[in-house]
Amino acid sequence: MSVAPPHPPKLETKNLRVSYGSLAALEPVSLAVRQHEVFSLIGPSGCGKSTFLRALNRMNDVIPQSRQEGQVLLDGQPTASLDVVDLRRRVGMVFQKSNPFPKTVFENVAYGLRIGGIREKSVLAEKVEKSLRQAALWGEVKDRLGHSALSLSHGQQQRLCIARALAVEPEVVLMDEPASALDPIATAKIEELLHSLKAQYTIVIVTHNMQQAARVSDRTAFFYLGALVEVGPTEQIFTNPVEKRTEDYVTGKFG
Amino acid sequence: MPAHTDKAFEQDLRLLRDRLLAMSARVEAMIPESVASLTERDSTLAKHVVNADLEVDRLEIEVDELCRRILALRQPAASDLRLITTTLKIVTDLERIGDLTVNIAERALDLNEAPAIGIAIELSQLAQLAQKQVKLALDAFVRSDAEGAQALLAGDARLDALFVKVLNDLMELMMQEPPVVRRATSLVFVAKHLERIGDHAMNVAEMVVYMVRGTDIRHPRARAQPKPT
Repeated sequence: MSVAPPHPPKLETKNLRVSYGSLAALEPVSLAVRQHEVFSLIGPSGCGKSTFLRALNRMNDVIPQSRQEGQVLLDGQPTASLDVVDLRRRVGMVFQKSNPFPKTVFENVAYGLRIGGIREKSVLAEKVEKSLRQAALWGEVKDRLGHSALSLSHGQQQRLCIARALAVEPEVVLMDEPASALDPIATAKIEELLHSLKAQYTIVIVTHNMQQAARVSDRTAFFYLGALVEVGPTEQIFTNPVEKRTEDYVTGKFG
Repeated sequence: MPAHTDKAFEQDLRLLRDRLLAMSARVEAMIPESVASLTERDSTLAKHVVNADLEVDRLEIEVDELCRRILALRQPAASDLRLITTTLKIVTDLERIGDLTVNIAERALDLNEAPAIGIAIELSQLAQLAQKQVKLALDAFVRSDAEGAQALLAGDARLDALFVKVLNDLMELMMQEPPVVRRATSLVFVAKHLERIGDHAMNVAEMVVYMVRGTDIRHPRARAQPKPT
């Protein structure tokens, strides 16, 4: 298997440790995410994958008693030295339970843009349409932009949240179990969306569904008990992993 | 070795293993039986071999169905996935070995009607080598033994060399005693079938290496060629 010449990673952690109070949630993790890849994090409950994800855009900061050591680098820049609001614009997040604002479809997507200072109606309309198209939702909501976002189905609400994250033109999109609350058809639409988003963004996705990781990601990292066990091309992780713990997890011998 | 949390999956795998072992045992036995039916001029034994192949065919279908079921219902990954894909390939080789022993037995039925020609010992040796290769390959599969599988390589070279010797001896015989040409030609086919059985054993061995190590060692010459762009 040929290895492409290394480009600087889009996101990188160096000996990242996270603890909540006295509880160590994440052992030192050093990991690099490449630009324009879909990178998945798998592992059993409590393995630290969500903690790791949140560290990438300093979402752990909002958790009291959370302490972080080591470095997270975005384009080589330590995220600790970046403005946190701008960081979270550049590295957006989509959550497991979709959380549309109790506003119209249009206003949900425009919210971040308005906060960013954009007022002109035509610019807002253009950016909202672009984001909704990117999130594969435009066709379903273009005649309902003035309706409440809460009137959409769960799958549509999740894609709306993705559109909202995309509206502010991030570089990286973090997704924490984005489809776990969705039915198979909605899940398939989200997964297909990831393929098309890859061209423009870098995506890091946490999933407890191994087959989903196999379907959507280029590389996969397996976490266990707060430590990174193995990282590699997704195909290799699912056909011939190096570590026995990885092998036991993907073949269903855990627990 | 930890077991799968999914007990139904464990059961599927046990059943699969059981059927494969049954198929292997039957096929292994058919090799010496088919050659004995020729060298000992035992047509009853030859008919037994022909009948035994029906069970081999039935087992191939059953194993294929089990593999499809496991693929559909259990989403096997890593070593499980390699086991299933290897099994799908190996049953094809086993079924072909069964067919080849039937071909030998059918030749025996024909040749036993005519006087014998003196080549029994060499054919027996060729048969023993082929049978040994098959046994080694199947043992390697059962024990997930990649080293054992790779050891077949040397055996294959010996088998091919003996095959060439048998061919030459048969041609020599045909030149010296033209009346035996029809029977000798039949024996050329038998020797070829035994050589093919050896090749199938090699296929099984290569797949065992893949199953255990996750690297595909087949077709080294093709692999050495640069890929077309």
